[in-house]
Amino acid sequence: MTGVLELQGLCVYHGAAQVVALDLAVAPGEVLTIMGPSGSGKSTALAAVMGTLSPAFRTEGRVILMGRDITTLPAHQRRVGLLFQDDVLFPHLSVGENLAFALPPSVKGRQARRAAIDAALDAADLSGFAARDPATLSGGQRARVALMRTLLAQPCALLLDEPFSRLDASLRAQIRSFVLSRVRNEGLPAVLVTHDAEDAVAAGGPVVSPLGQPVAL
Amino acid sequence: MSTGGLLRWAPRLTLALLVVPVAAGLLGTVIPAFSQDAKGLRALLDWPGLPRAAILSLTTGVAATALSLAVTLLLVASLWGTRAFALIQHMLAPLLSVPHAAAALGLAFLIAPSGWIVRLVSPWATGWALPPDLLILNDPYGLSLTLGLVTKEVPFLFLMALAALPQTDVTRRINVAQSLGAGRVAAFVISVFPSLYRQLRLPVYAVLAYSMTAVEMAMILGPTRPYTLSVQVVIWMADPMLTGRATASAGAILQLALVGLALGLWVGSERLARRLLVYLAEAGLRAHGLDPVARWVAVVAGALTSGALILGLAGLAVWSVAGLWQFPDVLPESLTLRTWLRAAPDLVSTGGVTLGIAALATALSLALVLACLEAEHRFALLPGSGALWVLYLPLLVPQVAFLPGLQIAALRSGAEGHWVAVSAAHMVFVLPYVFLSLAPAYRAWDSRIAVAGMALGATPSRVFWRLRLPMVLRPVLTAAAVGGAVSVGQYLPTLLIGGGRIETLTTEAVALSSGGNRRLIGAYALLQMILPAVGFALALLVPALLFRNRRGMSVAS
Repeated sequence: MTGVLELQGLCVYHGAAQVVALDLAVAPGEVLTIMGPSGSGKSTALAAVMGTLSPAFRTEGRVILMGRDITTLPAHQRRVGLLFQDDVLFPHLSVGENLAFALPPSVKGRQARRAAIDAALDAADLSGFAARDPATLSGGQRARVALMRTLLAQPCALLLDEPFSRLDASLRAQIRSFVLSRVRNEGLPAVLVTHDAEDAVAAGGPVVSPLGQPVAL
Repeated sequence: MSTGGLLRWAPRLTLALLVVPVAAGLLGTVIPAFSQDAKGLRALLDWPGLPRAAILSLTTGVAATALSLAVTLLLVASLWGTRAFALIQHMLAPLLSVPHAAAALGLAFLIAPSGWIVRLVSPWATGWALPPDLLILNDPYGLSLTLGLVTKEVPFLFLMALAALPQTDVTRRINVAQSLGAGRVAAFVISVFPSLYRQLRLPVYAVLAYSMTAVEMAMILGPTRPYTLSVQVVIWMADPMLTGRATASAGAILQLALVGLALGLWVGSERLARRLLVYLAEAGLRAHGLDPVARWVAVVAGALTSGALILGLAGLAVWSVAGLWQFPDVLPESLTLRTWLRAAPDLVSTGGVTLGIAALATALSLALVLACLEAEHRFALLPGSGALWVLYLPLLVPQVAFLPGLQIAALRSGAEGHWVAVSAAHMVFVLPYVFLSLAPAYRAWDSRIAVAGMALGATPSRVFWRLRLPMVLRPVLTAAAVGGAVSVGQYLPTLLIGGGRIETLTTEAVALSSGGNRRLIGAYALLQMILPAVGFALALLVPALLFRNRRGMSVAS
């Protein structure tokens, strides 16, 4: 189940200053890149789509996902997945429990849930990791668990908040292609926020600033 | 969002729970003092002990506060960053959890004419074969009372200083000031102290208000002819003739005024101290010679206050298992469990009541505090400085000033003498401590976890129960242990709201203190101390056990 993510005149103001102005659509399997220096409003744009903006900001415009207006929905009802700069795995849960947390209640029965988690671990080359403490995993393994956790929640769109910037150079390309290929396979519209031109090139989609201007790479 | 609606009300409900009892209690105290031609007030003024009792309240309270603050600051200034400092940090929680009554009883055992200190030096040094006839305990100047207060307030202020220090950038400021030529103590006083004290002010005011009006400590250690004003008020309260009640109310109002006066004087001296500091800084204070002296004084004062507390408690423990123990033997001739066995049925039932009251007050306080903090997080509320003052209100207004009024309310409503009513009264004091203990850790929680959870489709309440609560389990349990310790240690609310019919370990220990059965006092006081200690131990053990396979949940991270 995929569809288009539309930002219709989405503007965010902090006081009088406009920090985000986006009017565009992201097709299924397409990765839109928002690029800019730190503090330019990239993460604010994601928070507006996610529904987690602090009250200090004022928002205009609409966010439409698969034809559904999600502008005023609380974050947990938007079905928008999010990957952070860090993996943000829940430290008190095992790898398997982290994945199970994301699995929708519609997947019923202990065996079915267990099977879904094992399948996700297999897909990330992490077979047999369910009982592990996330703190004992390598950076690359943690990043993969974080992505699989996000996908298990069956989102209709994906937001990537500089998810590769903390990884070291050797790991970076590998995790990036893993994430991007999963996005394309699942046919999800995705928005990537980054300050790294290499990420934008790999994403392959349009590249804009938080204020909507096209960015030349 | 029905839960959201309820949750939104939690902060206001909590503030009301703190303000209403204090305000209503004060009102209930003022009215009897001035009713019937101010009969109570006139009886109070006719009491010959009044000037001395009032002065004692001021002198012991101000001296205890100034000394506690000085010792705390000296310890922080000269030991910050050393190994000794880390050691003190570890000793703090257990020392803090000792109820005031147990600390006072232990100290009494230590310094009494027949206590450990005299025994240690007798008869070889003193020639005493019998306990000397000296008024060490209950001395007329309130010196033992002041010492007792200091042993309990230093750990409290030290903990508050520890919480404030990370926000004051201590290490860098001291380094900079020292590189400019100042000695260590001078560097601390000029570069760290002003911002540290700004955050210590409310706790210091609370210490001042408490020290001036302490009841159970003053009953055990304080002067007796006359008693301190607060103790006398409690005695009047217990007067079977109802005339005492009006006098007690008038005394309580005077006590409140005295605390107000002392706070005013304290704030005035803060101003003077600020000018002095600016003058010293401009004069280029170096004071290198002060450093070794200060360090020495700090170590001695710290060792003295904690040592007195620890030795006193050890004395309680030994007495509770002592067989024959004659003066001047340092240790009993034999050890026996007879006291414990004989008192066991009473200890169990009294301990059960104590635990039940503490459990209810702590559970309700914890639920309210969690609701407040969660509401603050979900609705992005910013608590103002007014909220902090309200939180401190029950600690700043003397218990003896508003509990008498509250007792009248309890009497009228028929709630007096029921353990649930006692528990509710405890909540007024438990709640602030639970909040102060839990809030920093709760607010420091990584809020990206909440965003991650919601992005996975989890409702805010699922995020709370499955992610946030387990992740802050350690501070939650510590706050619960703090709350439990506060409840176990409450004397006056238990006595007044319980109408003398609810017996807890604390009221029993204080009641026994006037009698001579040291073995039984030892047993009660020890149990009174063990309950909170068990709470703190559980707060450490349970998370360690639950998360033993989760490296990301270890203390360091």
